[in-house]
Amino acid sequence: MNNEQFNNRNVNDSYYLVDIKDYPTDGWGKFKRVVKRTFRGELFVGLWVVLREMIKFDIHTIQYPLEKMPIGPRYRAVHEMKRLWESDTERCIGCGLCEKICISDCIRMDTKIDEYSRKEVSQYTINLGRCIFCGYCAEVCPELAITHGGEYENASEQREHFILYEDMLTPIDTMKAGKQLEFEGFGAITPHEDERMKKTPLAY
Amino acid sequence: MDTAYLIETVIKVVVILLVFSALAGIGTYFERKILAFMQRRLGPMNVGPYGLLQVAADGIKLFTKEDIIPTNVVAPIFKIAPVITAATAFMAAAAIPFLPQFTLFGYTVHPIVADINIGILYILGMMGVGLYGPLLGGMASANKFSLLSAARGAAVFISYEVVTGLSILAPIMLVGSLSLVDFNEYQAGGIGNWIVWSQPLAFVLFWIAAFAETGRTPFHLIANDHEIIDGFGTEYSGMRWGLFAIGEYANMFFLSFVIPLLFLGGYGDGTLLGALGLLAKMAFFFFFFLWTRAAWPDVRPDQLMWLCWKVLMPLAVINVVITGFIMMF
Ligand code: SF4
Ligand code: SF4
Repeated sequence: MNNEQFNNRNVNDSYYLVDIKDYPTDGWGKFKRVVKRTFRGELFVGLWVVLREMIKFDIHTIQYPLEKMPIGPRYRAVHEMKRLWESDTERCIGCGLCEKICISDCIRMDTKIDEYSRKEVSQYTINLGRCIFCGYCAEVCPELAITHGGEYENASEQREHFILYEDMLTPIDTMKAGKQLEFEGFGAITPHEDERMKKTPLAY
Repeated sequence: MDTAYLIETVIKVVVILLVFSALAGIGTYFERKILAFMQRRLGPMNVGPYGLLQVAADGIKLFTKEDIIPTNVVAPIFKIAPVITAATAFMAAAAIPFLPQFTLFGYTVHPIVADINIGILYILGMMGVGLYGPLLGGMASANKFSLLSAARGAAVFISYEVVTGLSILAPIMLVGSLSLVDFNEYQAGGIGNWIVWSQPLAFVLFWIAAFAETGRTPFHLIANDHEIIDGFGTEYSGMRWGLFAIGEYANMFFLSFVIPLLFLGGYGDGTLLGALGLLAKMAFFFFFFLWTRAAWPDVRPDQLMWLCWKVLMPLAVINVVITGFIMMF
């Protein structure tokens, strides 16, 4: 096998070469080119274009701290920890999958058995200095507990603040108000999830 | 020399200095705004309403910044260079009639510092001397970009000055005087008398040369940011750099006055309307300086020299010769 098919960039047959005339080599040709360029008024086309834009006044500036671009729901910024809609408790069951899959090894967690003999997350941090926001943790989480949020502005005096479980967890009052946003990104529930559900075959 | 004349002149000098220093600052504001609008941006918005106080903020910044003289520069020349640019720009203004004469409290004011009979020659000469600022500043600095800029400055200088001088020669032959006031008188009869109709070629040539004179796009190659950083201004900081900027913008304003005075009837018959007309023309030419900056690419130094020596200069000479023949017969 040769490399030709890899080097051939002409993937589309409708590509064509722009018709550029050869540069003139003799004096007369150059002179003709200068005269043609001088009187074709190309400079005025440029002037008109910028003047038109100025008159249209179609400004694209976003005055950042005051205005912000809407970011897509699938944007992968700082993580969020979700709560259960039914009981407002934390969704995370402490399975440790996110810690295991994290390719930059930045999730650290610890669990303990609580008084009801259930597994409880006692420590959970993500070192955002190392996180590459790949989204694997959100994808692997069986409970849709850890997701990515849209918060991309972070500042603090200490990097130890980035980032604790309490900061990621949906605040309880937000939850009570029913304002928790579900993550629509990679690994989230698709819109047709209900139709794709199958009954667990317990019959056999 | 009587005292009244002295006092009047000093007042005029102070007024021109103040007005045009302020205008140079406001010019930067206009430049940013207009460039921004043409590029679909907003420009300065945060300091004051619509960013109007940006000029003041810039001024404070320039004045309070540390004045750094780098170790390896030729200090005396390095220090004097910005002053040359700013000073000559304002000296050139002495022979420009900014407004028609008017009467203030029963006293007739001539808004020109000195109506010398070599006016236009003096203005062009002074603006020519102004190029020593970038030249010396660039050569005194200790980096190659400044040096390149100085070398370009020298090359550009000898190219466009020829065109400026020759293109202006034909109108001077028509008017028979070098004073801008006489130029204005010659064209006072109305739009039909404007020199631009009899000397369209000279007008275009002088306009092109004015872009080289002020170092604006498309001939912005002495301080071309994307090629040689800030050129001669690379090692300057604080107010010394600011003087370069003031000189550049003052020059733009003065040339925007000179072009209408030479070719477009100036202030006409000297009424209020004529005065406003001159200001409007000035505003258009200043706007055009900014307009081209948004629209046109820069040329290379060799292209500028090619243009000046091989195209513009022959055209200017032909123009002078034809004008001479027509005047003779
Ligand atoms: S986004 Fe990727 S790198 Fe960041 S915590 Fe999750 S798995 Fe680790
Ligand atoms: S994968 Fe989800 S449920 Fe499991 S520990 Fe991580 S966040 Fe908790």
